[in-house]
Amino acid sequence: MTDNPEIKTKSGTDREVVVNTEHLKITLGGNEILKDINLKVYRGETVIILGKSGSGKSVTLKCIIGLMAPDSGTVNVLNKNVPDLGIKELQEFRTKLGFIFQSGALYDSMSVRENLEFPLVRHEKLSEEEIEARIRETLSDVGLEDAIDKMPSELSGGMRKRIGLARTLVLKPEIMLYDEPTTGLDPATSVEISKLILEMQEKFKVTSIVVTHDIKCAELTADRIVVLKEGVFAAEGTFEELEKSGDEFVRGFFE
Amino acid sequence: MNSMLPKFLTTLLLSVYGLYNFSARYFTEVFKPPYEFKETIRQFFEIGNKSLGLVSLTGFIIGFVLALQSIPMLTKFGAVSLIPTMISISIVREIGPVIIGLICAGKIGSGIGAELGSMKVTEQIDAMEVSATNPFKFLVVTRITATTLMIPLLIIYADTIALIGGFIALNIFSGQSLQLYFSTVFSALSFADVLPATVKTFFFGFAIGLVGCHQGYNASRGTESVGIAANVSVVHASLLVIIIDMIAVQITMILF
Repeated sequence: MTDNPEIKTKSGTDREVVVNTEHLKITLGGNEILKDINLKVYRGETVIILGKSGSGKSVTLKCIIGLMAPDSGTVNVLNKNVPDLGIKELQEFRTKLGFIFQSGALYDSMSVRENLEFPLVRHEKLSEEEIEARIRETLSDVGLEDAIDKMPSELSGGMRKRIGLARTLVLKPEIMLYDEPTTGLDPATSVEISKLILEMQEKFKVTSIVVTHDIKCAELTADRIVVLKEGVFAAEGTFEELEKSGDEFVRGFFE
Repeated sequence: MNSMLPKFLTTLLLSVYGLYNFSARYFTEVFKPPYEFKETIRQFFEIGNKSLGLVSLTGFIIGFVLALQSIPMLTKFGAVSLIPTMISISIVREIGPVIIGLICAGKIGSGIGAELGSMKVTEQIDAMEVSATNPFKFLVVTRITATTLMIPLLIIYADTIALIGGFIALNIFSGQSLQLYFSTVFSALSFADVLPATVKTFFFGFAIGLVGCHQGYNASRGTESVGIAANVSVVHASLLVIIIDMIAVQITMILF
């Protein structure tokens, strides 16, 4: 499956589907983590995947970016079926996606500047001055221009997440995948990060998929929420719709 | 088939198979562009320069103690003049490469295992992969190349320091002159002593880098696995150094 036509939405406008998984199934260590995942994400929207710990939210993201291969089903992203991509195609494809890890996953042995430089020098043909300018501009977007020469060990949890976001944004991706971006942060910093996600969404018009169980983050950033339960999506809707859901499991996230 | 084999044998065979696959992947990737020159040079510095202190001290003590232990014994036989010959041949052929190889297995092998293991656990390797970079090329190829080329240099350097250590002991305790000592040392060494001893150090370096990278890169999730990766790297790399040495000695005896 490689074709991915524009989909007619309820509002009647044509919107391009950029992520489309169908009957996605994956088993890890004998446990069926994802049973039948069907997810459509339209260009420019922010979709939140809500679910309990260990429900397979991160696995879904890893399938979308090709870090994990599904047992069956299709993962169609930007008109490419990800499991079918070869190494070179996969690398080319990944330059259009950004992945924010739960821990930030900054390279410990490199400074903030080198962390941002790392993807740039490998994928963009820019002069040293242009690279420096792009790094400073991206750091300024996340409000951390002063941290350019710091090492990751000198940064707080919130700063690490911001730099992780900057490292991803520096390549100007079309789709952003956030793996629990507010986990381990205090409530105030969590809200800051959620607002930053929203700002970046508005500024760069990227499509975002955010995996979280932080309901405040979901409320601030979501256009649409899907709830993952026992390997399938149990509910889908806007924050307001799901808040009033009759399903006890779904309502449990909003209490 | 597994049930027919003792567990340790199955583990051993799987480890050997894993190392074989890993080294095959190294040789496939090492010649393919893009080349990570900057990171390889950084690894040369990390592996070579940062080991100089330990290697210098070890080398000096080896030479000094070897001379010191030999003086009373050989004095009894009136063969003090043979000490420089004995020191040069034993250090260059065997003691220098093996002891410094084992020291490097401990310092460098465990360092690589722990570093890559912790990068794996903190998802830094995954982060490299999703940023469309080949982490194997950036992390593994550079480190194995650096150990393969730097460990022989460290061993040659340590051999030199050991010979100096031997001279200092002989000078202090039996009044040997610098000129006599080094002229005896160099005249005792032949091509058949130096070449095989140097060639085997490249294999030591490759084995140490390979084992450290293999353990770290394949660490499972969890902080415990970082410790395991470092520990297993030391044990396996030390074992491989000794096995390679044994094979090298056999081959040298056949060829020279």
